[in-house]
Amino acid sequence: MATARGGEVTIRDLSKSFALGGRQLAVLRSLNLDIRSGECLVIVGASGSGKTTLLRILAGLEKADGGGVAIDGREIDGVGEERAVIFQEPRLLPWLTVLGNVAFGLEVRGVPKAEAEKRARFYIALVGLAEFSDAYPTQLSGGMAQRVGIARALTVQPEILLLDEPLGALDAMTKISMQEELARIWSEENVTMVVVTHDLEEAIYLADRVLILPKEKGGAARLIDVDLPRPRDRSESRFVRYREELLREFGLH
Amino acid sequence: MTLQHIERPIGIGRRDGGNGFGTEALRLAGRASARILSRYGLLLGFLALWQVAASSGWVNAAVLPPIDAIVAALWKGLAGGSLLGDIAISLQRAGLAFAAAVLVAIPLGLVMGQVRSVETALDPILQLFRQTSALALYPVFILLLGLGEASKVFVIFWATLFPLLLNTISGVKEVDPKLLEMARVYGARRLTIFRRVVLPGAVPSIFVGLRLGATTALLLLIASEMIGANKGIGFQVMNAQYNFQIPLMFAAIVILAALGLIANQALVSLQRRLCRWSNAVG
Repeated sequence: MATARGGEVTIRDLSKSFALGGRQLAVLRSLNLDIRSGECLVIVGASGSGKTTLLRILAGLEKADGGGVAIDGREIDGVGEERAVIFQEPRLLPWLTVLGNVAFGLEVRGVPKAEAEKRARFYIALVGLAEFSDAYPTQLSGGMAQRVGIARALTVQPEILLLDEPLGALDAMTKISMQEELARIWSEENVTMVVVTHDLEEAIYLADRVLILPKEKGGAARLIDVDLPRPRDRSESRFVRYREELLREFGLH
Repeated sequence: MTLQHIERPIGIGRRDGGNGFGTEALRLAGRASARILSRYGLLLGFLALWQVAASSGWVNAAVLPPIDAIVAALWKGLAGGSLLGDIAISLQRAGLAFAAAVLVAIPLGLVMGQVRSVETALDPILQLFRQTSALALYPVFILLLGLGEASKVFVIFWATLFPLLLNTISGVKEVDPKLLEMARVYGARRLTIFRRVVLPGAVPSIFVGLRLGATTALLLLIASEMIGANKGIGFQVMNAQYNFQIPLMFAAIVILAALGLIANQALVSLQRRLCRWSNAVG
């Protein structure tokens, strides 16, 4: 629907550590990375590798200790209107209907209610929930609730969509159908997408490039180009080979 | 588009083709009376036992008068108007105190739940006051405010304040921080977050406080009216007992119970209207 509008991310010498029992534990060590406008970058890594931390820094929810992040050449400082985040939990407001929740992001940004709801309806339809506009979150299944969260993020028409294990809490069947849906939305919306996941198949299904964060000190982050036609076929031999390559990275194959 | 398995409640009863309307109605009526019996059966049994025990002399009818004598005393007091003045003054005392407690506790609780420094400063003194029984302080209030209306309203206000305040504070503090973060991501400022996330999120807990507060207000109402009052339902309970008008005493107790039920029911239906989302479970 939209044309590419930027959404280029430049990460320079980014480092972050946490205090843990009196010691400093480094999770990100001078990371450099360029995320291209409109690409889908998937970040994988063992737990504790800092993938969620990296996403939260990109979102502006956490500050880096050193280095910085620029979006379209501008250094970021906190949250910004060009970004939207989809969390692992849908994080819906239980007292608002689906429509109210999806319009929420626009409303807090000062868009008049009628206009916000009009745009919200478009994205509710896009995620296939048009007949549930008036339902409350308690009436939705996990997959439906997560779609409402996705619609809410899309409604503010961000240049960059940040997804933190967005399908991590869903059952296997719902997960696969939601991966297809995310891939479709990404291609239709022409948005830069940064996805954190620990599901390697999901990474290959969605990614233009996969970033593998190292677990141990001194290890280097690795980037793998996923050169497969879309929509992707999980059973295709090249898909399987990418999966084996990623498994090897984790020493599991 | 993907398919999603959707479970929706089915609101329409199934109707079997062969059955006539009469049997259907009979079955519905049977089901309705079964429901009433399972809910109120024990209560009806209790009342029946009381009536039989009192009227057949198993218990001393002068101490536990039969139900019909209590109902007659109640009717006389209400229709004759002698109890209406007591009800009015009691409602005024409890109502004033409850309203004042709401006006103080809810805004204060919202601020205390949001601003840590205010809570830190006020918490020790509130804990001390809360742990001191309001009834123990009643003589102090009488010394300060006299034996008239002011001390009565104040002691009710005092006791009602704490359940309201504490529930409002915890309501604000227990709003899911993940929702606050979500609002922050969309650029919501502090006041917007308060208005759109914190306040609606705290409403269920505030209602818990309101219902507890209403119960407390009625409790303290009676206690305060038993000391140094010459009007009010609480006074009538005591006075009827002194004068050995036992059916009248029970009639006053029944009125108190009814006031408590009505107040609670009013708050429950208000909550249902304001929090449709929380019981809209599919």
